[in-house]
Amino acid sequence: MTGAPVRSARALGLCGCHVCGLVMRAPGPDQAAVCPRCGARVHLRKPHSLASCWALLLSAMMLYIPANVLPIMRTGTLFSKEDNTILSGVVELYRNGSWDLAVIVFVASIMVPMLKFLALITLLVSTQRGSSWASTHRAKLYRVVELVGYWSMLDVFVVTLLVALVNFQPLAEVEPLPGVVYFGLVVVLTMLASMSFDPRLIWDNDPSHADIDMHKGTSDE
Amino acid sequence: MEEMRARPGEYSMPPLIVCEHCDAVYQRRTLARGESARCQRCHAVLYRAPWLSVHAMLALTVTAMLCFVMANSWPIVALGLNGKDNASTLWGAIIAVWGAGVPLIAVLAALTLFFFPLAQILLFTWVLMFLRFHRRPPAFAPAMRAIRLLRPWAMIEVFMLGTLVALTKVSSLFDLEMRPGVILFAGLTVTLTLVTTFDVRDLWTLKQERCR
Repeated sequence: MTGAPVRSARALGLCGCHVCGLVMRAPGPDQAAVCPRCGARVHLRKPHSLASCWALLLSAMMLYIPANVLPIMRTGTLFSKEDNTILSGVVELYRNGSWDLAVIVFVASIMVPMLKFLALITLLVSTQRGSSWASTHRAKLYRVVELVGYWSMLDVFVVTLLVALVNFQPLAEVEPLPGVVYFGLVVVLTMLASMSFDPRLIWDNDPSHADIDMHKGTSDE
Repeated sequence: MEEMRARPGEYSMPPLIVCEHCDAVYQRRTLARGESARCQRCHAVLYRAPWLSVHAMLALTVTAMLCFVMANSWPIVALGLNGKDNASTLWGAIIAVWGAGVPLIAVLAALTLFFFPLAQILLFTWVLMFLRFHRRPPAFAPAMRAIRLLRPWAMIEVFMLGTLVALTKVSSLFDLEMRPGVILFAGLTVTLTLVTTFDVRDLWTLKQERCR
């Protein structure tokens, strides 16, 4: 926008409200303040950002195992019962000739959660080490994680709809199984994890902005 | 420094903008329609020029509301097997899942597909209606905060794709029959997506301009 060097709000003793955009005087490093215009809570940096992000991420990763190992639904006909996991659902779509949808479900249900785990671990570790490596790319990675995260809910909604529609007892029916609960929890937890990460932390060690940082050394983590 | 301090009761268009993603500070300038400002440092979008008037925003929100009401009044699709038909609405599906022993999934679906989108639409309608008539919307600030909070949790578009996947999975076994709900959900997806692109910060500016 301008040719002037980038200055961070924190270095100027300022803080922006995330809800209404008002720029105000910053609260102290560990203090919470309330935006004078809209009443939203304002922090210089989200409190305990890295710790809560780790906690939520690790819980999500643990639940990811039963979410994939346990079946998410049972399709029953008069003669047979078949349990489906997330992965077997993708394979089945592929075998039935809808490779396009198989790819979509594979991306949404398997790749996106894995990608989120890897991305958040990368962000957390690099931020904790005070790294200024590839800041622009890490910032972009975070925005992608935020954008695609909730699409993993796809399989949960597929099961929801099938349970209601395929209800022709005793000829055919679909039952939800516990795997789907774990999967839903994984999605919610990874969403909460990425929300609790404060992307501004990526830039706090950026040497390219040579401001005298008022709060340096007293950051909240 | 002095001019940046917020004076209570008097906020003109904020001259400064802070990047939400990296905390960089910029001087705000007026953009032409269709333009957007990007952060020099992290390349995130700082703000866009508002592309709709209050009237257009209100019209879209009301359309979304109509779609929402109708989408939930008709079944989405019906499956047929041996002459027996089985149709379901969104609520029908939520209740079926509750009854099938996974209440947590039922609650999750009810919140992300029904209550959160509904709350979004109602809050936007409330705020825009008052702004449209140059009135100060009661409870404006809490409404704005709630809109901001709800934004990541409404998932109608994911449900739309889920419907497509679900129907493909069973299309070889049953007769598929589309019901009006499916079109209305598609309409809701489009209108609600447009409604949620409204920048909450622009509504604060609008309120200052329109309510004196």
